[in-house]
Amino acid sequence: MDTRILEEFRAVVGERGLISSAEELHTYECDGLTNFRVMPEAVLLPESAEQVQAIVRVCHRERIPFVARGSGTGLSGGALPVEHGIVISTARMNRILEVDLTNQRVAVEPGVINLDVTGRVSPHGFFYAPDPSSQSVCSIGGNVAENSGGAHCLKYGFTTTHVLGIEVVLPDGSMVHLGGRTLDAPGYDLPGVFVGSEGTLGVTTKVILRIVKRPECIQTLLAAFGTTGEAGAAVSGIIAAGMVPAAIEMMDNLSIQAAEAAVHAHYPDCGGLLLVELDGPAAEVASLMERVNEICRSCGATEIRVAQSEAERAVFWKGRKAAFAAVGRISPNYIVQDGVIPRTALPRILEEIERLSAAAGIKVANVFHAGDGNLHPLVLYDRRVPGQEHAAEELAMRILELCVEAGGSITGEHGVGEEKKLMMGKMFSEPDLETMQLVRCAFDPLQLSNPSKVFPRPRLCGEKPGRYEPHPLEVAGIAERF
Amino acid sequence: MAQADASSRGGAGAATAEVSWDELRGAIGAEQVRPAGPADAVASVAPRMVAEPADVTQLAAALRWANDAGIAVAPRGGGTKLGWGNAPKELGLILSTKRLNRIVEHAWADLTVVVEAGVTFGKLQSALAEHGQRLAVDPLWPENATIGGILSTNDSGALRLRFGGLRDLVIGVTLVLPDGTLAKSGGKVVKNVAGYDLPKLATGALGTLGVITQAGFRLHPVPPSEGRTLTFRAGSVSEANRLIVEMQGSALAHTSLQARAQHDAQPEVDVRFDGTPAGIEAQCSTARKLAAFAVETGESAEVWNARQELWRKADSSAVAKFSVLPSHIAAACETVRKAADKGGMKWRIVAQGTGLGWVRLEAPKPEHIGDALATLRAEFEKDAGSLFIAHRPDGAGAVDAWGSPGDAYPLMVRVKQQFDPRGTLNPGRFVGGI
Ligand SMILES: Cc1cc2nc3c(=O)[nH]c(=O)nc-3n(C[C@H](O)[C@H](O)[C@H](O)COP(=O)(O)OP(=O)(O)OC[C@H]3O[C@@H](n4cnc5c(N)ncnc54)[C@H](O)[C@@H]3O)c2cc1C
Repeated sequence: MDTRILEEFRAVVGERGLISSAEELHTYECDGLTNFRVMPEAVLLPESAEQVQAIVRVCHRERIPFVARGSGTGLSGGALPVEHGIVISTARMNRILEVDLTNQRVAVEPGVINLDVTGRVSPHGFFYAPDPSSQSVCSIGGNVAENSGGAHCLKYGFTTTHVLGIEVVLPDGSMVHLGGRTLDAPGYDLPGVFVGSEGTLGVTTKVILRIVKRPECIQTLLAAFGTTGEAGAAVSGIIAAGMVPAAIEMMDNLSIQAAEAAVHAHYPDCGGLLLVELDGPAAEVASLMERVNEICRSCGATEIRVAQSEAERAVFWKGRKAAFAAVGRISPNYIVQDGVIPRTALPRILEEIERLSAAAGIKVANVFHAGDGNLHPLVLYDRRVPGQEHAAEELAMRILELCVEAGGSITGEHGVGEEKKLMMGKMFSEPDLETMQLVRCAFDPLQLSNPSKVFPRPRLCGEKPGRYEPHPLEVAGIAERF
Repeated sequence: MAQADASSRGGAGAATAEVSWDELRGAIGAEQVRPAGPADAVASVAPRMVAEPADVTQLAAALRWANDAGIAVAPRGGGTKLGWGNAPKELGLILSTKRLNRIVEHAWADLTVVVEAGVTFGKLQSALAEHGQRLAVDPLWPENATIGGILSTNDSGALRLRFGGLRDLVIGVTLVLPDGTLAKSGGKVVKNVAGYDLPKLATGALGTLGVITQAGFRLHPVPPSEGRTLTFRAGSVSEANRLIVEMQGSALAHTSLQARAQHDAQPEVDVRFDGTPAGIEAQCSTARKLAAFAVETGESAEVWNARQELWRKADSSAVAKFSVLPSHIAAACETVRKAADKGGMKWRIVAQGTGLGWVRLEAPKPEHIGDALATLRAEFEKDAGSLFIAHRPDGAGAVDAWGSPGDAYPLMVRVKQQFDPRGTLNPGRFVGGI
């Protein structure tokens, strides 16, 4: 990178806020999806929204692409740097700015860790509801970008439900406030489109979150079944009975084994494990838990435990939350996949996955947010065995195709990022994708903010049918029309 | 503030006179097109024609034709809230979604539904009820309001507190853009983060970006019993507000919570519980303890009609939606009272625990209403709030319906320009003249 520009960046963020030496830059080469790697030209660690603005203004002037980065735990290559670009890390923007318990709102900087929000308000009986398994490390800025989910989103909704307002530095360096402290701000629901835009519409510098009062009572049940099919039937039974549990999670035998090896959650050795959590008024939870118990039994549960203490409940969850990492115990390498199906298609899709897995000679462990049909097949392989990595990747993508064929989605919470942008065409038509990118053109006509992610092809924003106008990217010499 | 040049429509107005409506008839069939009558006016602006396409292909053809011909279009569902927003700068064609009235797929075991935009809320709810489910919103005039109109106006009521707004329930939309492009986004599963969330962008956009032709929703089970509503009379609006804040901050799992206040009565607070009989019973007793400083006055679910009641014989009144912080509901009521007292007006308020509320002002002289609304908006906006004027009486003067969209306004203009570069859809009706 031009030293003149580097100096300019240094002047903004100071010596400690600039990383440009090759060995230090390695840390930022990839996110949680480690098979994609790109070296950034520099990493900047601003301490304030003003600094972010100053950085982005330089990028805009010089046409330097930038990628925002929170904790780098993303699983779709969202924070993967782009060629000749810089990374803007929010690691030093980690202050909780305001806590308004009366109105149940908290304002935070983007680098604040998800669990720290709950940590801050839990003494007062509140929590921040979206709870990705990575919550002890991932950032709110990353959560906003990915519209992250978690086990309890079945009842409480995803990140987008809990974001009221966002301060954004747009790719031209201007600052805007989307939404706000009150609901239904006049105009388009721009927080609605910004959440889940995977860093492609600008850099989040502040977020106003909603917090939730802790329910009177929380009960967690663990049920063991002979097969995932039986466990799935129990899930259907619970939903059909008109209940909306706080969470329903399922694990298959392979993932149970992995979790046991890693964290000793004392899960029963079975074909399909369900975790069902109910919360609400104590009187209500007690009677509904009875119903859940009955349903599980009638679906063939061989063992049912209800957590008798907060500690036991934590142990129930520990195995589930550790499942991804735990798979490392039983396989040298693995792919964490993320797809969604209509919940009722579960038995059919599982059979199909099993068939594909057997045919490819590659094992698949399954962990699901069973209540909303969000599958996390973990495709296990050994990189040292020639051809296995490729076969595993193929299988992982084939599973996504199954999800789309069943009327589902290629991602429920991990995002499209770099990894799945080519899969977007399987789920959406060309006009669908072009239409989504109209939003991109409004926010970022030069496509500087995390370019080349999410969409299989960028839309040239200046395009007007019939009449030729050079696109800003062409004028800048960045793109050519073919 | 920058002007919305999104709506500078390349000479569309001038072209209207020479328009060949036969082209439209040719494109979608003559029986689908008729001259507009007085009842088709939008905020007193009369359109020339009404088209009622039989399917989405026809609708796209009609919209594309209008866009090419420079005809301004107002999409219309049930027409129950057609007057919301500012008067259109121009209007040539009403594009009705009335005949897009199929429930496409109710995947009841998955708790989702996909429905065409012209289906009325009433029809949808009764179909869903066959499987003990519902779309957990309570819009105005459900028998006539259509899904497309409810989404476009973002109309939600007391259920919002528990289930979120339409933005939290919609999982997919199909939009027809002015150039005829048919674009879907989202999907029919509850959890999905593939691509930008256009369902949210279309929600509350008042049909200025595209015409919604289909939408998918997440559903909820109908509660097992009738549920129970308690009503408490408070000594003052600040006591009512205190009760709301305390209930919101408690472990109660109420479905709805609202305050009602008016010029000639003491404020009341209503709270609703659904669930199992034991759960409801326990919660009622907790609620009563919290409300010990207030007087319990009744147990009727009728109170949940209060928002719609504000609209009764409202021709010479103003009806507006406000949004404030939940702890500022009392202050909002005081602001309304002061402004109303000045013009000798009657007023009524229904405010939900979310901080969203509705106010009705009734004045002997309509010109006073305009002033009062301006005062209210200025006060609410001072503290992060807003005021959307859904209805104002003739003679109230030209009051903007929306108020300030804030510093994101230029960005909103750019969004509009991208989706509707010729300003065909509802020109001038949305915030800042979009
Ligand atoms: C073990 C493990 C478990 C996980 N479990 C879950 C789970 O249960 N549910 C779930 O949803 N996800 C899960 N994830 C995925 C990941 O943790 C989430 O996507 C998380 O939100 C990413 O946050 P981050 O701070 O690490 O963001 P990063 O990985 O740093 O970035 C993610 C994206 O956000 C963008 N971004 C970051 N900050 C900003 C900003 N300030 N402004 C604009 N864009 C920004 C980046 O450009 C990138 O596109 C898991 C990951 C791991 C490793």
